[in-house]
Amino acid sequence: MTDRALALSLGLTDDEVDRIEGVLERDPNGLELAMFSVMWSEHCSYKSSSIHLGRLPTEAPHVLVGPGEGAGIVDCGDGVALAVRIESHNHPSAIEPYQGAATGVGGILRDIFSMGARPIAVMDPLRFGPLTDPRSRWIAEGVVAGISGYGNAVGVPIVGGELRVDACYTGNPLVNVLALGLLPVERLVLARASGVGNLALLLGSTTGRDGIGGVSVLASAGFSADQEAEAAKRPNVQVGDPFEEKRLIEACLELLERSLAVGVQDLGGAGLTCATSETASKGGAGMDVWVAAVPQREAGMAAVEVMTSESQERMLAIVTPENLEAVLELAGRWDVRATVVGCVTGTGRLRILAEEGGEVLGDVPAASLEEDKPQYDRPRHPPADRAERQADDPVLLRLPTDCAPDLLALLADPSVADVTWVHRQYDSQLFLNTVISPGADAAVLRLKAPGVPAADGTKGIALSTDGNGRWCSLDPRRGTAMVVAEAALNVATAGARPLCLVNNLNFGNPEHPEVMWQLSEAVDGMAEACLALDLPVVGGNVSLYNESQGRDIDPSPIVGVVGLIDDLDVPPPSVELIEGGVLLLLGGRADAPASLAGSLWADLLHGHRGGQLPPLDLDRTAGLCRLLVDLVADGLIYGVHDVSDGGLAVCLAELCIASDLGVELVDVADASTLFSEAGGRVVVCADDDGAAAGITRRAVAAGIAHQVLGTVGGDLLAVEGLLSAPVADLASVWRNALPRLMA
Amino acid sequence: MAATVGVVVFPGSNCEHDVAEAVTSLGATARLVFHKESSLDGVDAVVLPGGFAHGDYLRPGAIARFSPVMAAVERFAAAGGPVVGICNGFQVLCEAGLLPGALQKNRGLAFLCQEVELVTVSSRSCLTDGVPAATRLRVPINHFEGCYTASDVVLAALEERDQVVVRYATNPNGSANDIAGVSNEAGNVVGLMPHPERASHEMLGSEDGNVLLAALLRTASRPGAAALA
Repeated sequence: MTDRALALSLGLTDDEVDRIEGVLERDPNGLELAMFSVMWSEHCSYKSSSIHLGRLPTEAPHVLVGPGEGAGIVDCGDGVALAVRIESHNHPSAIEPYQGAATGVGGILRDIFSMGARPIAVMDPLRFGPLTDPRSRWIAEGVVAGISGYGNAVGVPIVGGELRVDACYTGNPLVNVLALGLLPVERLVLARASGVGNLALLLGSTTGRDGIGGVSVLASAGFSADQEAEAAKRPNVQVGDPFEEKRLIEACLELLERSLAVGVQDLGGAGLTCATSETASKGGAGMDVWVAAVPQREAGMAAVEVMTSESQERMLAIVTPENLEAVLELAGRWDVRATVVGCVTGTGRLRILAEEGGEVLGDVPAASLEEDKPQYDRPRHPPADRAERQADDPVLLRLPTDCAPDLLALLADPSVADVTWVHRQYDSQLFLNTVISPGADAAVLRLKAPGVPAADGTKGIALSTDGNGRWCSLDPRRGTAMVVAEAALNVATAGARPLCLVNNLNFGNPEHPEVMWQLSEAVDGMAEACLALDLPVVGGNVSLYNESQGRDIDPSPIVGVVGLIDDLDVPPPSVELIEGGVLLLLGGRADAPASLAGSLWADLLHGHRGGQLPPLDLDRTAGLCRLLVDLVADGLIYGVHDVSDGGLAVCLAELCIASDLGVELVDVADASTLFSEAGGRVVVCADDDGAAAGITRRAVAAGIAHQVLGTVGGDLLAVEGLLSAPVADLASVWRNALPRLMA
Repeated sequence: MAATVGVVVFPGSNCEHDVAEAVTSLGATARLVFHKESSLDGVDAVVLPGGFAHGDYLRPGAIARFSPVMAAVERFAAAGGPVVGICNGFQVLCEAGLLPGALQKNRGLAFLCQEVELVTVSSRSCLTDGVPAATRLRVPINHFEGCYTASDVVLAALEERDQVVVRYATNPNGSANDIAGVSNEAGNVVGLMPHPERASHEMLGSEDGNVLLAALLRTASRPGAAALA
C-alpha cells in the first residue's frame, strides 16, 4: 500500500499518487514517493503553466538552444555564442534573505557554466514591500548583501537589475536573477548521459541535510500568517559557498574546454534526483546511483535525504572511464572534490542502490520523473472587479497646476529614486567589459570573456531587465506587452539589435482562477510583443505561489532582453544631456492630454489604480527600436532615456540630474502629459538644431510620432506653465531617498 | 625587450585576466602563475591581482600567504624585483609581512564599487616611478576590506620615508592618512586598493590606470630589475 499520509506531507495530491502507481505499475516506496514529489513539484515540473508556455515564440535562425535546457543559447557571430537564463529565489529570500539571494546567484551561474559558457554578467531585478516597514528593510538589506557577498566573491560582475517597491510584495519579495555567459560555439555542451558504462561523477560540495524539499515545501506553497511556522522553514533554505563555486566554475570550464566530459549538469532544485533523471532521460539512457558513494556532510543520512538534498555548489559530470584519471587530476588541481557516484546504464531506468552492487532502494523509469509529470489546465477567469476597475479611469483625478511637488514625491519613491545604494555594493566592472554601468536604461558590455576567443573586438551587448506589476495588475496582457516593449526599447537606446528574451513569470497561487487568468493573459501579451519585436524567447522560469496571508502578489512577469551592438567604437549614448542640446520625444507627442491609467502618479499621489492602460502599437514600437539603432550607429544621439515610471516628468528629471543641467520645454499639454506612462516612447538629446532636424527627418521617414520638446541649458527643469524646479533640488531628493530609507 | 609580468592566480582570484589584458595592451607579456607553482623564473615583475583568494576565509589574505608561490614572491621581492598587490593582492602582501599595516572593513561597513580620485605621493615606487607627485588619477575601487590601518609610529615612518604611494582625494573607506597605496622601504613592493587595470581603456570611462601600469612596466624592463637592491 502506498503511504498516502507521507505522500500528502510531501506535497503530492491523491491524483498524483494514482499517476505514480500507474507509471510504476506497482505501489511506490517512500524514497520513490519523495523523488516524484520533488520532480513533480510546481517549481520543477511547471505543471500549472506548461500548457500556456507553448504559445511563446521560441525560434529564430540565430537561436542555437531554446527553452528546456540549462540556458538558452544564441549565436552572436564570429564563432561566439551567448548563454542566458533567468530564475527566481523568491521564497527562500522571504525567510532567509541573505542566503536565499546568495544561493540564487550561485544556482543560475551553474546553469550557465554547465553549458560550457563563462559567466560574464548577472542582473538582479528585486521587488520588496514598502521600505518604511522594518521587516521589508531587513529583507532588502539581506538580499542586497547576499547578492553582493556571493556575486562579488564568485567573480561575476553584477551589472544591473531594477528595484521596485509595492505593498503587494511585503510578505513575499521577488528576488529574480539573470545570468549571461559566453562560449565558443563549438564548445556547446548539453547535459546528456550517454554511453553505457560511462561514469557519473559528482563534483564540488558534500551533500548535507540543507535544502531538503526546497522546491516542494518551500517554493511551491505560499506563506501563511503563522510567523513561527514560516520561520521554521528556514532549514529548507540552502547555504551558499561562493569560494567552492568559483573553483567549480574554473574546473568545469577547463573540463569542457578539454572535452573531458560527455555532459555536465548542475544540481539545483531537487538535487541529485533531478540531475540524474534529467541527464539520463535526455540521453535516452538509464542510470544507477550508489548512495553510499555520495560524499555526505554528516553521518546517518537516509537515502531519501541524499537524493533530495539541495546542498549547493555541486555538479554532475558524465565521463568515460578512460578520461576518469585526467578528470580527477584536473579537479585536484582546483581542490574540487570529485567522486564517482554511479554509472550510465542501458536500461532506461533510474535505480537508487545502497552502494555499488548493493540493495536496490528505488527503481523508476528515468524519463517518468520528467515526461510523465502531470499537466494541469487549471480553471481561470478574470477578477470579479475587472470591469469596475477598468471603468474607474484616473481622468477624474484633480491635476496639479504646479507639478513640482508631485514630481519631487515621485523622485523620492524607491521605484524611481537613485539605486546607487544597491549597485555600489556590487562589483559591476570585472572582466573590463562594462561600458555602461548600472543605472542607465541598459547595461552595455564588450562582447568578450576570458577563455573565449574574441569575436570582433568592437562588438558589444546590451542587457535590460524590466517588469511592472502595477501595469500588469490593471491589464496583464497589455501590461506585459508594455514591459517587453520597454525592455526592447532600453536595449535599442544603446544601439543594440534585439537578440533574445528570457522571462520569469512571478505570479500568485495557481489554484486561484484569477491568478491563472493573469498568467495566461500575460503569456499572450508577451507572445504578441515578442513576435512584433523580433524577440525569440530562449528561456524562462515560472514562480507561482507568491502569496502571503492569503493575498496574491500583483502579476509580475519580469523579462530580460539581450541585444547585439555591431560597433562599440561609436560610443553608445547614455542617460545624459549636453549644454545647448535639443530634446525630442520619439514614439509619441506631448501636446495633447494623455491617459494616467496605471501610472505611478495616480497610485502614489492618489492611491488610484484603475482605468484602461494606454494603447500600445507594437509595430510602431518595433519601428522605433530600428530607428534608434540607426540613429545611434550614425552618432546622431547624444543622450537618451526611456519614458517609464513617473512618465515624461521623471524621465526629464533623471536626464537633468545625470548631467546637472536644466531644460526648457514648451508645448506640453498638461500635467497628464507629464505623468502618463503610455509605452513605446523615449526622449533623446541631440547636440544641436541641425542634429535634431536630422532625427526629425528620419522619424518622419520611419513613420514614428515625434515632437521637439525644447532645449538644454540653465539650472531649472522648466516646463512652460506647469513646472519649474531647480535641478539641484530634484537631485538631492532623488539621490538621498534610498540611503535615508535604509539608514 | 617587452617585460614579462607574472600574474599570480590563487583559487578565488578573479582579476588575473583583467591585469593580463591591461599589461598586454601596454606591450608587455603576461603569464598566469598558479599558486601551487614555486618558481617565478623568467618573470620581470609580479602582480598579485584582486579577488577573493581562498574565499577570503578567516581573513583576506590570511590563507593565501601560505600558498607555495608566496615563498617565490618573497625571494623575488628580496632581490629587488617589482611586486604589486592590487586590492586582494594588497591584503595578501600585508598578511605576508611584505608591506606594513593591515586592511580593515570599510568605515561604512559596506562593499564599495565606485570610481575614486587618487593623488600620487611618492615618485620612487615601482608603480609611480617617473610619475610626478600630485598627479591626479581616476581609478575604480572595489572592496569591502580597504580601510588602511597601521600604528601611529608606522604611519609616521611611512610618511617620513616616502612610502605613501597614492592617497584618496576624498577618503571613501576610512583609511588612515587617506592612504590608498603604500610601498616597502625600497619601493619595489607596492600594494594599493584601487584597480588600475579597470581604468585601462577609454570605453571603461578612464585610462588613468595606464599611468601606473606603464610605470611598473618601465621599472620591470630595466636590465636586472629583479637583481637590483
